[in-house]
Amino acid sequence: MSSHSLNNQQRSFVQKLLRVALYTILIFMAAVYLLPLFVMVLNSLKDMEEIRSGNLLALPQDPSFAAWAKAWGSACTGSTCEGIAPFFANSFKIVIPAVIISTLLGALNGYVLSMWRFRGSELFFGLLLFGCFIPFQVILIPMAMTLGWLGLASSASGLILVHVIYGIAFTTLFFRNYYIALPRELISAAKIDGAGFFLIFWRIVLPLSPPIIVVTVIWQFTQVWNDFLFGVVFSGVDNLPITVALNNLVNTSFGGKEYNVDMAAALLAALPTILVYIFAGKYFVRGLSAGAVKGA
Amino acid sequence: MANKRPFTDILAESMPKLVLAPSFLIVMVCVYGYILWTIALSFTKSRMLPQWKFVGFDQYSKLFNNDRWSVSSENLIVFGGLFILICLALGIFMAILLDQKIRQEGFLRTIYLYPMAISFIVTGTAWKWLLNPSIGIENVVRDWGFTDFTFDWLVNSEMVVFCLVIAAVWQSSGFVMALFLAGLRGVDSEMIKAAQLDGASMSTIYRRIILPSLKPVFFSAFVILSHIAIKSFDLVTALTGGGPGYSSDLPANFMYSYAFTRSQMGLGAASGVIMLGGVLAILIPYLYSELRNKEAR
Repeated sequence: MSSHSLNNQQRSFVQKLLRVALYTILIFMAAVYLLPLFVMVLNSLKDMEEIRSGNLLALPQDPSFAAWAKAWGSACTGSTCEGIAPFFANSFKIVIPAVIISTLLGALNGYVLSMWRFRGSELFFGLLLFGCFIPFQVILIPMAMTLGWLGLASSASGLILVHVIYGIAFTTLFFRNYYIALPRELISAAKIDGAGFFLIFWRIVLPLSPPIIVVTVIWQFTQVWNDFLFGVVFSGVDNLPITVALNNLVNTSFGGKEYNVDMAAALLAALPTILVYIFAGKYFVRGLSAGAVKGA
Repeated sequence: MANKRPFTDILAESMPKLVLAPSFLIVMVCVYGYILWTIALSFTKSRMLPQWKFVGFDQYSKLFNNDRWSVSSENLIVFGGLFILICLALGIFMAILLDQKIRQEGFLRTIYLYPMAISFIVTGTAWKWLLNPSIGIENVVRDWGFTDFTFDWLVNSEMVVFCLVIAAVWQSSGFVMALFLAGLRGVDSEMIKAAQLDGASMSTIYRRIILPSLKPVFFSAFVILSHIAIKSFDLVTALTGGGPGYSSDLPANFMYSYAFTRSQMGLGAASGVIMLGGVLAILIPYLYSELRNKEAR
């Protein structure tokens, strides 16, 4: 082996060199991942003249939040010129009920599928899991027709319903996988004592659930907030979510293109999920890998 | 005689089923029922509204003769293939680097992973700008004095699909890294120690022990990434709008545009069915091997 010919000093030098290389690569990669965000923030603070004439990596000479104010309150998104603020509100109106309902249903389903199994419940779980994987293009047309018949076409309630329906597969999966790891004795003892279905859920299972509730809420919040497909297909003009409005803002414009406003709007649209990620990142990762590793 | 049990007992006994019933109904109707519905529609001549006049495989032959469909499915193969490959390679590479007792590991991991929290619409908007020749990276490098530098893939119909790859890799590779890192942390450390005592070098340990034990992570990552690739719709919409022309369309964009803006419901349905077929072709072998492993255990 060649390492025999190296003496200890040489070896520790090589190791140090390797460490330096390692950190260099890791920091370089971090820079690459941060670049788009960095560039967006930088240029949202410039005016258009500076963007057109300058370099996108240059620091703003006279940083101002004018583009942010315009993106929020007065930029044109297709038909209206009220900025993205109204669509921000639309998104919250859709996200909050959709997340609450789908999480609740997921918790109850997961509870049954882990602690009250019956003949066929595992088969149902399999059928449900498959729902995580279908490309939504194969259900869009019937869904649009159904919403029309229900009188929910182009309404916020319709969009909430769609998000709940296609969210329960994931929420159920999260809760079921979490509950199945709880000690069985806990539940069987309660059953022997005569406690009923809901009493056990309320008194024993729910108090043990906060970690998985956080994971599920974060997952659903990110999914629904970031959704574009359902938004563009099912929401009417009055209920456009933020993603659709952002796309309209960026891709339809009259007159000059205002990149600084686009950037500010994109950052605003990304802000809620980024904040969630910064403050609850470890749960976010846990949710992703739970959905991924176990679910797939 | 106990053949007449009180109603409350029966209710209590069937409570689990009652609770599951709404979700069962939803899944049966809105997943399986709708799939059958779409399949049925794909055999009709439906245009703006459904017409139940069956035309056999006409829509499918129309689909496969449609140039825009061929372009979009070829794009999916190029985009999906590269996207999956690069994400896997980059993911495992960075996971191994991060697994070397790095200081500030949590901080670095957060940076690698944050794009996953952002919607593809935002990602598309950001990269649309960076890849725009007149203001983006090309302009910056020219500004630095390399005046011949060209990087105009976004407006080049031959290269535009690679722009999709760049943006999608940026968004998803950190996630793959996190999956592999979790997998690496799960490798039996006793085995590694034993191999080290036997004098195995670090690269042998990686090759012989660590990487083989990551096989399940590798497969899940593959399935998730192919799923993301097949569903990719928003990224194309935001980054390229399918252009130039329709040179960067993916099947999901084809389906949306024919079913919802061009009033060709039958054709749109047919393309949706083919997409489902693509997902199943990847998913079924995977599920099959998963189930077999479970039985073997």
